[in-house]
Amino acid sequence: MLANLSSIESLFYLAGLVAVIASLKVVTGHNAVHALLYLVVSLLAVAICFYLMGAPFAAGLEVIVYAGAILVLFVFAVLMFGLGTDETTNAPRNTNLANMLGAMLLAFALLVEIVVIINNADMQQSLHASVISSKAVGIMLYGPYLLAVEIASFLLLSGLLAGYHYAKPDVTGGPL
Amino acid sequence: MTVIPLFHVLILSTLLFAIGFIGVVARKNTLFILMSLEIMLNAVGVAFIGAGSVWQQADGQVMFLLILTLAAAEVAVGLALLIRMQKKYRSLDIDLLNQMKG
Repeated sequence: MLANLSSIESLFYLAGLVAVIASLKVVTGHNAVHALLYLVVSLLAVAICFYLMGAPFAAGLEVIVYAGAILVLFVFAVLMFGLGTDETTNAPRNTNLANMLGAMLLAFALLVEIVVIINNADMQQSLHASVISSKAVGIMLYGPYLLAVEIASFLLLSGLLAGYHYAKPDVTGGPL
Repeated sequence: MTVIPLFHVLILSTLLFAIGFIGVVARKNTLFILMSLEIMLNAVGVAFIGAGSVWQQADGQVMFLLILTLAAAEVAVGLALLIRMQKKYRSLDIDLLNQMKG
């Protein structure tokens, strides 16, 4: 039973469940910062799913780029908005422990999963057999997909320009 | 060959995509709409990685990288537009934007 509980499949289902619950809390949330933190939990759970599916490179990118860069961008934007217009301004303050307990449970489940994965030598071996190496991804990326990489670089450049243009502070009274 | 069946990966992906889609359609706060868009892009990434690991091809991870790039650019432009909207209307309600002209 214990071996069954710590198999790759059951860990995948647990991480998927965490991802779904955290995403539901994001969509139904009222506090922007709480929703952002739930989004981080959801992305980390999906990263564990990637790792269990044999894509450690994608899992690392998910943590570094999604949870590390894009979510920090969100947090910066929320800081610039100010929370004065948030939906929670007129709601009664809820400061009891039950508010934090759900998020802590979700994050703790992910931590337990990581510890179980690291400690289990058999699982490491079976995961290692199904890995698609980052070398194969790199060869694919700069071989058949070279044009797509170039177009992605154009996309990033245009995103940079558009972000700079729209967030410029000096326009007064112009169109949106 | 991974031990996780492709069908279950696709179920997870569909669930996440449906949650994100409901968020995009139902919410009025534009910030939450952007977050739901992130969930939807993430769900598509799950489907790509799962298919790539079932067939042992690197194409799935390449597609995930491109989705990652798209998400980064989309969030940069979207948040810059939100900052502009917050300055102009003092609100993030998306229904205010139906009064745009031109």
